[in-house]
Amino acid sequence: MNVPWYELVSLIPLIGALLLWRPMETGRARFICIVFAGITFILALSLELLAVPANTTWIGLLFNQDLVHIDEFSRPLLPLTALIYFTTLLATVGHKAKNFSFSGALFGESLTLLTFSTDVLWLMVVLQCLSVIPIWFELRSRGRSTRVYAIHQVLFVFCLVLGGWLHTPNSVPSMSLSVSLLTIAVLIRSGAFPFHVWRIDLFEKATFGSAILFVSPMMGAYICLRWVLPSEPDWALHAISILSLATAVYAAGMALVQNDGRRFYCYLFLSHSSLVLVGLELATPIGIAGALSMWVSVGVALTSFGITMRCIEARIGRIDLGNYYGLYNHMPTMAAFFLLTGLASVGFPCTIGFVAGELLTESVIAYSPWIGCLVVLATTLNGIAVMRAYFRVFTGTKHVTSIPMRSQPEERFAIIVMTLIILGGGLYPQPGVESRYRAAVHLLENYHRTPHPSGHSDPQAQHSIPVDRSASEL
Amino acid sequence: MIDFLGYLVIGCPILTLLVLSLTGLFQQPLPSIAVDRLTKTNVAIGLLASIGILIWMLWTGNRIRVLDLGNMVDINEEHLHFHLEFIFDRLSVPMVLMSFVLIGVIGSFANIYLQADSGYHRFFLCFSVFLVGLIFAFLAGTIETLFVGWELVGLSSALLIAYFHERPAPVQNGLRVWAVYRVADAAFLAAAIAMHHQYGQGEFAKMTGSGVWPEGVSTLDPWTSFLFGMLLLIAAAGKSGLIPFSGWLPRAMEGPTPSSAVFYGALSIHLGAYLLLRVSPIFAESIMLRVIVVLLGASTAIVAAAISRVQTDVKSALAYSSVCQVGIIVMEIGFGWWYLALIHMIGHAFLRSLQLLRAPTLLRDYRSLENAIGGRLAHQPGPEISADAHSLSSRWYRFALERGYMDSMIDLYVVRPFCNLFHYFTRLEDRWMQFLSGETPVICEHYPTRESNSASDPVIAASPGANPQ
Repeated sequence: MNVPWYELVSLIPLIGALLLWRPMETGRARFICIVFAGITFILALSLELLAVPANTTWIGLLFNQDLVHIDEFSRPLLPLTALIYFTTLLATVGHKAKNFSFSGALFGESLTLLTFSTDVLWLMVVLQCLSVIPIWFELRSRGRSTRVYAIHQVLFVFCLVLGGWLHTPNSVPSMSLSVSLLTIAVLIRSGAFPFHVWRIDLFEKATFGSAILFVSPMMGAYICLRWVLPSEPDWALHAISILSLATAVYAAGMALVQNDGRRFYCYLFLSHSSLVLVGLELATPIGIAGALSMWVSVGVALTSFGITMRCIEARIGRIDLGNYYGLYNHMPTMAAFFLLTGLASVGFPCTIGFVAGELLTESVIAYSPWIGCLVVLATTLNGIAVMRAYFRVFTGTKHVTSIPMRSQPEERFAIIVMTLIILGGGLYPQPGVESRYRAAVHLLENYHRTPHPSGHSDPQAQHSIPVDRSASEL
Repeated sequence: MIDFLGYLVIGCPILTLLVLSLTGLFQQPLPSIAVDRLTKTNVAIGLLASIGILIWMLWTGNRIRVLDLGNMVDINEEHLHFHLEFIFDRLSVPMVLMSFVLIGVIGSFANIYLQADSGYHRFFLCFSVFLVGLIFAFLAGTIETLFVGWELVGLSSALLIAYFHERPAPVQNGLRVWAVYRVADAAFLAAAIAMHHQYGQGEFAKMTGSGVWPEGVSTLDPWTSFLFGMLLLIAAAGKSGLIPFSGWLPRAMEGPTPSSAVFYGALSIHLGAYLLLRVSPIFAESIMLRVIVVLLGASTAIVAAAISRVQTDVKSALAYSSVCQVGIIVMEIGFGWWYLALIHMIGHAFLRSLQLLRAPTLLRDYRSLENAIGGRLAHQPGPEISADAHSLSSRWYRFALERGYMDSMIDLYVVRPFCNLFHYFTRLEDRWMQFLSGETPVICEHYPTRESNSASDPVIAASPGANPQ
């Protein structure tokens, strides 16, 4: 019998979460949490590097079907997710550690990894329904209103469960309704306009770390690619495209004028994650490859950016971008990392986001030059917003304090690891882009095979894919 | 051998950047003497290597040498390549030589000027980013290589303007310049991607023909030439401070004198003009584009000349004089006098660097001169202004004094409506969240009302040319 490696990757953090369930001293809980997250990351990375296949295991036999499905698309998402959790937990220091739910984080990691490891619809629905619960408890335990979050997540769960239940490829009416509901679920989970306020509410009321970990894996995009895109009719594709594009530009504009640091980050993330959806909905190899590359770059760069902001929060409290803090002299490494990750997220050359941004913009311009202009506009606004935040936090005044603010060894380790990934991915992008291109081709092949609710067998009849970049060339 | 020299030209600045950034990352900064030696050595090697290439070109009569570093990204199925290629030709080699000379001279100057300054390492790190960006931009054989250099120059410029970062004014001006650069970058990015879409790769030869500069013949039709040309013209206008973007240049003088000299007096400001020269064959294809280029250059030169005459501080006066000269250079490009534009650019860069480096000691120089000749120097009277406020000269004077109202108009018609609109959306969202949650959002108090928000916005509040160093 094969060793269930991929199941193990998801189960290790779950074991850690169960160990941390009972109350214990913060330092000890943090240490255990980091150990489990570290083991998970090393295992996930090893499986990716060794390209271990996902074979049938005894766990699958228990349910009488293969629960684990790892393909070209989902393969790098496992180490990416494990890395996001590991570095975020590693950089949880000071009073941030006291307010943070380590067991909740490991539980969330386990659910996210399981979701990325499966293509079984009912399992994904169950996991996604479970994933919204820990945050609700956290909001309640902090004594904040849970209504905004609850309203959106109940609607999300309702659409997801009903959409999943109606997802029967043989029945066209049922599939149409299913895709409609799943589309709404994707829009809510991705925070597309006008369903985005729950994200602002989340960043405002939950701990910064939990909020980052909840949105960073971009589960909405995953549901979209796995369940919506393969059977997507024309109107659903356009609806997601238009709303995502509007969200990307709107959120970029909002990020530029925000004074609350967390809101700024929330909008910045929203803008980029919406761009990923725009690329996915183009249904062209380059478009999807660009979107998948941007998924990875946003996952690495913006999570690191969030971690940096969180480290700064741990020292000076909530960041008000209406003020200058002048922290550069106290934390020059953190300042450089803040700038590097921010610029990487907006596709600055020599960083991981550069080629991703270029591919995405090129495919969008090929689809429609006007839409391409809006994507460029969103990127431009995000670039200005990042620099504004940098100047506000690290310059503009002389910060006087008697407390040492330099980065701690764990933070420095996280910074160095992420810096190497960001620069390494930027200077040598070919392996990453090639892998994402193969994944895009694979996804489009599935897309061709799947019957569409509108009755069209040829997706090109539905989507105005540019001739020179269309899937038919494959 | 020539390829080896080419690698040295590109590699030396990269090595400087690598050493300075890695020592910074691991919090092991080099002593200032080591920083100085590292910079000087690498600049000297780069300069000697580029002189070697020039001699080789003159000796053999070869007018072009291509250094191909291969594809950064290669998706064969889609015929999509991101190619890394450097060209040594009659346009790039003089510019690279000029860059190494000026960077070397001003680096030595800065080593003394900023010796005891707390930002010494930060300055030289930005300086090395700038040098890498510049060498990449000048030697670029593909539009994506040029874009890399272009962006690095923009980033280092913005950070150096905000060099004295314990005061808000330099920081606000740095942000303002960054915002203008991003707009220019957006146009450049659109051009680069349009080119990729057209050809599947970004080699200039695809756009400007395979001939050696400036004899290439564009393969584009007039309308495509016009489209590419306009996008690149917007990018060049932002980078070189042509109208309506001229307002950023006096703001850039907030940085330390060495950076003002090398960036805005000599090198950075000519990057836009260089871009136009690099793609000059496409101008031959569209007469409309050439007319626009000439008109833009002429209007920039006239307006900047007027503004420079009424400035009360020497660095702002020099900044607008630079813009005036760049306007004339752009006109020359529009007329097709490309060699003249190249020579003009190099001459202007050296002269302006010297003037900016001498600017902080101008009064002392005057005094020394007057002491030497034993009397006062002849005083040049200012422009005569009519007492009538509505006369043409008064209006022209006010126009110049307000720097052509360019910044004010951008603030009034672009920045302020934008900020007001998104502050309004923020308040709407707050109300919506309040309705859903039943509690008052704490962050509401962060957001100013429509009437008060504009003045506190950093992009708006930046004061042009305030407190130049």
